[in-house]
Amino acid sequence: MISANDRLADIGPFVPAADDDLIICRCEEVTKGEIRKAVHAGMYTLTEVRRYLRCGMGLCQGQTCGRLVRNIIARELGRKSSELEPATGRAPMRPTEMKILSSEKGVE
Amino acid sequence: MNQTSDVIIIGSGIIGCAAAYYLAKKGVSVMVLEAADSIGNGGSSRNGGGVRQSGRDSRELPMVMWGIKHIWPTLSEELGTDVEYTQKGNLRLGKTPSHLKILQGLTDRAVACGLDVRMIDGEEVRKINPYLSDEVLGASWCPTDGHANPLTTTLGYFKKARELGVRFITGEPVLALKKVKGKVNTVITPDGNFECDKILVAAGYETREITSSVEVDVPMRKQKIECLVTEAEPHMFDQMLGTAEADFYGHQTKHGSFVFGGSTGLEPFLASDKAAPSTSIGAACTCRGIMKYFPALSNAKIVRTWAGWLDASADGIPVIGAADGAPGLFLACGFTGHGFGIGPAAAYSIAEVMTDGTPPVNMEPFRCTRFKAKV
Repeated sequence: MISANDRLADIGPFVPAADDDLIICRCEEVTKGEIRKAVHAGMYTLTEVRRYLRCGMGLCQGQTCGRLVRNIIARELGRKSSELEPATGRAPMRPTEMKILSSEKGVE
Repeated sequence: MNQTSDVIIIGSGIIGCAAAYYLAKKGVSVMVLEAADSIGNGGSSRNGGGVRQSGRDSRELPMVMWGIKHIWPTLSEELGTDVEYTQKGNLRLGKTPSHLKILQGLTDRAVACGLDVRMIDGEEVRKINPYLSDEVLGASWCPTDGHANPLTTTLGYFKKARELGVRFITGEPVLALKKVKGKVNTVITPDGNFECDKILVAAGYETREITSSVEVDVPMRKQKIECLVTEAEPHMFDQMLGTAEADFYGHQTKHGSFVFGGSTGLEPFLASDKAAPSTSIGAACTCRGIMKYFPALSNAKIVRTWAGWLDASADGIPVIGAADGAPGLFLACGFTGHGFGIGPAAAYSIAEVMTDGTPPVNMEPFRCTRFKAKV
């Protein structure tokens, strides 16, 4: 399966679109055009796009935009979105104050 | 069997990506094989982002000092990616007289290597960073240290190397290397055999298993590191921070979030060295460490925690260079948790070594033959 993972694989040129200014990740204000360009720069996985652009790294941790980002990447790669591995979910589930997280017993 | 490229690099961390870029710039054809699905999925995407000279082993100081002078300041422009390099100094903090003694020792050794680093008292520390608690008695202060974004640095090198025609293949684990007529020139993967002139293994701890197939071994062990990041906060300070106790380190990013790493002291005694999930005791311990120094951050919200593995070499500094006794094979591994800041200079140096060029610093301290029995 080398071809699917070869980062020189031809996915065609980046073609600007009318809705490229649309904000997809609201927490980090990442647009559809930025995500599409990242794919053409070689970022073929959700994890890479996230690390490169910060989409899904804000307060909601991608719970809002995760599916949208996945569909945009899949379409750009010409693959099914179900074929793409999700980015790793990370603890904590909700943003948590340092003074609470620091206490292993919870709030004292 | 197919001749794929002049050089095959195994591992797409900052070393693999940057070495691919520097070799491609010299006109060398390069293929990079990465076992994970994503580029730079190991320590290169999981570290705290320090670009630091102070606190380092004096054997690796000349290399990191060269990189901070010649590569980091213009790296964003060179890669066409914002690597968020910030050169506003490093404070290594102490709260007890024994901390200050540790810091004084590190400082004296660094000054002997020509680094601009000095000890300052608590008052001067709080002039540089007014958010630090009164418990801080002093610190070592190195004004030319700083921090950068490990994610965009690693992916920036990847992007640029790819533009120069480097062929990256992910999800391609290397099973073994093979010697042919005394020369290591074959890489074996589940997809077949690849032939080349030279091989660079920069695969962190996993280097060990890969090179064992040609009887090359670097004594290393795996150690877990854990980090956390807060939500974006108003700008507070620009310095990179560490402590004499090494209970935490970190900085505020360009984005406003604080990235901190830390250790519990229990990392060498983990039940499993397979998966690397962050633990509840890890983040809690790091938060307690931070709040002792920065009471003002106790209400900052943690949005994410993560963990990774570092490749701790037997003497605490990396192996960078030809694998003695295995012609054609080169190594860059064992960075021991401080490989990010030195990464660009290490990759530049190994690219020089592999093309019979001139590395900018003496490579002798990084030879793989230096590990000897103690008696």
